[in-house]
Amino acid sequence: MLTVTDLHASVEDKEILKGINLQVNPGEVHAIMGPNGSGKSTLSTVIAGHEDYAVEKGSILFDGEDLADLDAEERAHKGIFLSFQYPVEIPGVTVTNFIKTAINASRKAQGLEDMPANELLKKIREKAALLEIDSKFLSRSLNEGFSGGEKKRNEIFQLAMLEPTLAILDETDSGLDIDALKIVANGVNKLKSKDNAVVVITHYQRLLDYIVPDYVHVLYNGRIVKSGTKDLAHELEAKGYDWIKQELA
Amino acid sequence: MDLKEKALSSFMALEQELDLSSPIHDIRLSSMKTFEEKGFPTKKMEAWKYTSLAKLLKTDYGFFPKKEATLDLKAVKKYFLYEIDSYKVVFIDGVYSPFLSDTTHDGIDVCLLSAALTKPKYKKVIDQYFNQVADKEENLTALNTSFAKEGAYVFVPKSVVAEKPIQIIHFSSGEQGDFMLQPRSLVVVEENAQVQIIERHQSLAPHAVLSNSVTEIFAAKNAIIDFYKIQNDRADATLVDNTYVAQESNSHVKVHTFSFGGKLTRNNLNFYQNGEHIDSTMKGITIIEDQQHVDHYTLVNHVQPNCESHQDYKGIFADKSVGVFNGKIYVDKIAQKTNAFQQNNNILLDDKATINTKPQLEIFADDVKCSHGCTIGQLDEDALFYLRSRGIPKKEAKGLLTYAFANNVLESVAIPALKTRINKLIAMKLGVDLGHDL
Repeated sequence: MLTVTDLHASVEDKEILKGINLQVNPGEVHAIMGPNGSGKSTLSTVIAGHEDYAVEKGSILFDGEDLADLDAEERAHKGIFLSFQYPVEIPGVTVTNFIKTAINASRKAQGLEDMPANELLKKIREKAALLEIDSKFLSRSLNEGFSGGEKKRNEIFQLAMLEPTLAILDETDSGLDIDALKIVANGVNKLKSKDNAVVVITHYQRLLDYIVPDYVHVLYNGRIVKSGTKDLAHELEAKGYDWIKQELA
Repeated sequence: MDLKEKALSSFMALEQELDLSSPIHDIRLSSMKTFEEKGFPTKKMEAWKYTSLAKLLKTDYGFFPKKEATLDLKAVKKYFLYEIDSYKVVFIDGVYSPFLSDTTHDGIDVCLLSAALTKPKYKKVIDQYFNQVADKEENLTALNTSFAKEGAYVFVPKSVVAEKPIQIIHFSSGEQGDFMLQPRSLVVVEENAQVQIIERHQSLAPHAVLSNSVTEIFAAKNAIIDFYKIQNDRADATLVDNTYVAQESNSHVKVHTFSFGGKLTRNNLNFYQNGEHIDSTMKGITIIEDQQHVDHYTLVNHVQPNCESHQDYKGIFADKSVGVFNGKIYVDKIAQKTNAFQQNNNILLDDKATINTKPQLEIFADDVKCSHGCTIGQLDEDALFYLRSRGIPKKEAKGLLTYAFANNVLESVAIPALKTRINKLIAMKLGVDLGHDL
C-alpha cells in the first residue's frame, strides 16, 4: 500500500529525513517511535503532502502510484488521512459542515454526487456514537475552544467519517486522559480492516497498549534505525531512547 | 465647468424651489459658503492621503433627477431584508418612494426629512438636532448640508423601544444618467429608548453614481442604537458616507459596516461622547476585489471620564483592491478611566492588493486603558495544509479560512435574519458553500 524508499526531505533547506525506508501493507498497524526531533512528524507531514517540505531524494508510492506530483488534497482523495498533532481552529464553520465539505470534496474528485443529507446524517450519528461524541459537539465551530482531548477525538471522528485506506495518527495520544485514550483507541480498532492500514506516530508506548502494532520502527536522526514487533515498544519504554543512541554510537 | 462650479450653480437652481425664509436655508447658505471656500477634498489633505476622488470628480454628474423613476418591487426585493417585518424608508434617485416605503407615526416617527424640515410639529426637534453634530467645516459634509432636503427622519421618544427594525434604502436607478446624490438623515433616540436601523445605498444599472451621504445620530441617556450599513454596490458606484454620532451618559451605540463592493467607498464615522459610562462600538468587515477601494476613517472623541469605545475591523483584499483604515482616538485630559480598544486585522489574498492601516491615538489623560493593534498577513500555511489534507481543494480551503477570519465580527449583530444574510453574503463572496446546517 505504502512504499517509502530512501526518502530524504528538508524544510527551509534543513535536511530532516535522511533516507527512510518503510513498507506498509493492507491490514497492518505500524508504530513509529522516537525521541523528540527525530523526524516523526516530518515523515507524516511529507507523506500527507505539505508544500513547505521538499523531497530531495527517494520516493513515496501509494498503491503503486508516485505521490511526488500530487497536492495534499489529491492525496486525501486517494485515501491518505493524517490526524494532526495540533488541529487548526476554524471559527464559524461547524464540525458537521466541515465534515460535509471534506466528504463531498472527495466524492467530487471521484466523480460522485454529494452525499445525500440523510445518508450523511446517519453516518455522522453512527460514528459519533462509536467515539462517544455528544451531538452538541457537532454543531460547535471546528476545534474552536476545544480541549486538547476534544481536538484529538474530533480528529478520529473525521477519520471515521472519511474512511481512508491509510491513516497516519501523529501523536494522537498527547493531551488525552486514559479514558479518552481508550475511547479513541477503541474507535481506531473498530475502523480497522484487512483493507486499510494505520501508522501510529508516538513518543510513548502507552497508546500501543490499546492500538496494538504489528511492527514498531524507531526513528532517530532522520532514519529508521531499528524495526521489530510490539516487544520493541516495551523494550523502549523500559530502557528509554538513550539505549538506542548508545547502541548506535 | 468643473464639478465644483456645477455644484455652485446647481445650488442656485435649488434655491428657486426652496423656502428662503426658513432658518434651514441659512444653514444651507453658510454650508455652501464653506464648500465654496474648501472645495472637494484632495490627497493633499492628511485625511484623504490614501483615497483620491480626483478621477471620479471628472464625471459630469447630474444634481437633480430629470424624470421620475419607478421600480418594480420584485426587481429590488433582494436589497431589502424582507424575511422580517420592518419599517422602510426608500428613495429612488433621491426622491421618496411611497410605494416601496412603510413609514409610521405610531409611537415613533419613521418618515421623511423633507417633512421634518418643513412641518411645524417637527420644528423643535429640527432646531435642536439638525446639523448640530455634523462637522460644519468638513468639505463634503458642508456640500451635503447645502443640498440637504431629503433622507430619513427617525425619532424615538423617551422610553420607547422600536418594535421592528428600520430599513433605509437609497436606490440609484440609472435613469438620470451619471448622478450625484446628497442623502441626509437624522436619527434622534431619546432617553431609555431603543432602535435598530439598517441602511443601504444601491445602484441598479450601469451609470456613475456618487452618493455623498450624511447621517446624524443622537443617543440620549440610556439610549441603545444598533446601526448596520450594508455596502455591496455595483462596481461603478461610489459612496462617501459621513456618519456623526453624539451620545449622552450610559448610552450604547453600535455601528456595523459591511463593505463588500462598490468602486470607491469612504466611511467617515465619528463618535462624540458627551457624558459618562458611554459605550461606542464600531465593527466592520471589508471584502473586496478587482480595483475596488474601501476607506474607513473613524474618530472617537472621548471628552468625559469613564467611557468605552471598541473598534474591530477586518479586511480581506483580493486582486488589486485597496483598503485604508485610519482610526483616530482622542482622549481629553479630563476623560480619565477611558477604555479605548482598536483592532484592525487584514488579509491580503494577492500580491497586488494593498492595505494602508494607521492608528492615531491622541491621549491627554493619564489614567486610561487604550490599546490598538493592526495586522496584515496572508493565510496561515499550516491551517491551509490542515484543510487540504482533509481533501478540500486549495481554493475552497482558502475561502473557508478567510471566512473563519471574518466571521467573529458577526457575533455582535443583534438581528438574526441580518446575521444570516451577511453570513451568506460573506460565504458567497469567498466562494464558500456553507450549505444548510444539518
